[in-house]
Amino acid sequence: MDIVVLVKQVPDSGSERTLDSADNTVARGSADNVVNEIDEYAIEEALVLKEAHGGEVTVLTVGPDSAADAIRKALSMGADKAVHVVDDAIHGACAPQTSAILAAALQQMSFDIVLCGAESTDGQLSVMPALLAERLGIPQLSGARKLTVEGGVARVERQTDGGFWALEAPLPAVVSTWDTINEPRYPSFKGIMAAKKKPVEKKSLADLGIDPSTVGLATATSQVVDFAGRPPKGAGVKVNDEGDGAAQLVDFLAAQKIV
Amino acid sequence: MAEVLVLVELNPTGEGVRKTTLEALTAARALGEPAAVVVGGPGTAAAARAQLAEYGAQRVYVAESEEVDQFLVAPKAEVLAQLVAEKSPAAVVIPSSPEGKEIAGRLAIKTGSGFLTDVTEIAPDGTATQVAFAGATIVHSKVTVGTPIYTVRGNSVTPEPAPGAAEEEQVAVQLSDAARATRVVDRVVEQKSSRPELTEASIVVSGGRGVASAENFSVIEALADSLGAAVGASRAAVDSGYYPHTFQVGQTGKTVSPQLYIAVGISGAIQHRAGMQTSKTIVAVNKDPEAPIFELADFGVVGDLNTVVPQATEAITARK
Repeated sequence: MDIVVLVKQVPDSGSERTLDSADNTVARGSADNVVNEIDEYAIEEALVLKEAHGGEVTVLTVGPDSAADAIRKALSMGADKAVHVVDDAIHGACAPQTSAILAAALQQMSFDIVLCGAESTDGQLSVMPALLAERLGIPQLSGARKLTVEGGVARVERQTDGGFWALEAPLPAVVSTWDTINEPRYPSFKGIMAAKKKPVEKKSLADLGIDPSTVGLATATSQVVDFAGRPPKGAGVKVNDEGDGAAQLVDFLAAQKIV
Repeated sequence: MAEVLVLVELNPTGEGVRKTTLEALTAARALGEPAAVVVGGPGTAAAARAQLAEYGAQRVYVAESEEVDQFLVAPKAEVLAQLVAEKSPAAVVIPSSPEGKEIAGRLAIKTGSGFLTDVTEIAPDGTATQVAFAGATIVHSKVTVGTPIYTVRGNSVTPEPAPGAAEEEQVAVQLSDAARATRVVDRVVEQKSSRPELTEASIVVSGGRGVASAENFSVIEALADSLGAAVGASRAAVDSGYYPHTFQVGQTGKTVSPQLYIAVGISGAIQHRAGMQTSKTIVAVNKDPEAPIFELADFGVVGDLNTVVPQATEAITARK
């Protein structure tokens, strides 16, 4: 079974993140860039599928040169090879444009399943599986907390409020995973060494047959007009509980007309 | 006045529509006349119509079919795309559930449009407000191509009634094979709760690592019940097995924006802040005076949650 895992490099959500005031895109140059956390669960799920069914795991990333680090991490976990779509014209691309790039790259690859994380920590749109399914005309099985593949059919438990939806679709399909699906492995030393020798194929928009003028900031389907730091909250009241902490808390709620 | 399509999110537990629908109808009025779109099984629209009229729907497009609920996301996007082509609306507004965002995305591809997710406000000129990076940044964005599509984040718009004619118009549903790709075989509810749904609740009480055990979450639940609140949990509490993942608030869980958020035994890691930072009023109880959650809190109590929370629950109950 051939599996493609989509991996996105994002600014570390644990450190300061901002937009770039020059063009209102995510500031990546100044950020501490890491593999989007939930993508590690998708990588793990791909490796588990490969272990059960054989085949190859290919990482697919769209991003600047620095995204090579994210690819290397996925390869060190055990993925076999990677495709890195990198082109200056992609800067500032919106989600529909990015999905067009990913779809074009996928059409040049062999896959039974496309796996990805359910959400990136930077944009938090949670829509890429839906966009790819729409563009490629294949089923979407998104938001999985459990995935099984048998006889050319994928079954997913889609995590919902208070339970799950049982989904079913024939392969090939796009599956996205939450962090409830597995526990990602850590790259072993051997894996890290082996990753250095694994093939990473770089592709430009021209390689994918995409006209560079159709993607990127200038032609994005939505644009950021302006942004600002959220005004800091005024200093709140902090009391030490000396027996009346709860009473003061309830008085505060009463003053807010909550109780 | 231009028409704005509003996709109706139905209440899964019973009759009527979710509050998110009323919020979407309210937000849509900035752009034009709301026209509700009901996609569901036969009889769905009849049960929703009164509420839709009360919140300003001038028209109700009724797309009913036995089939639409049997497949994931794609049928609703297909019905909306058909209506966008036929009615040329000024915009499409959708409640921002996981399904709603996916519908918006597929609709954007089908119609060659841009879309904006999790917007908290829509201005008459179409500019939308979004909150980025764990609530740290406020962003104003515009769709620049096609029919603008917005998903409205729950609890960010206050539903306001407005008279609507809610004139019904039937829409023929002819699903393509592509829309039948992913079958929803079953919808399973594992946690039945009498408490409000997390993302809809006006008060949320969340527990973290400091709660220290699954059993002790009863302290959190008791406070929540005294306030008619939903219960949430931090990732640390969920990872420790104290509370189910369904209730996780934060980056890989739910984003909530209630009137009141009470964080108990939660230190306030960025992971958690991402899911609750835009709450109107924040109260924290933590034994560590240096816990970062206090930077966000309008009111904080430094103390033992096992003492403070039961006392607060008792005092609130006594006031009723």
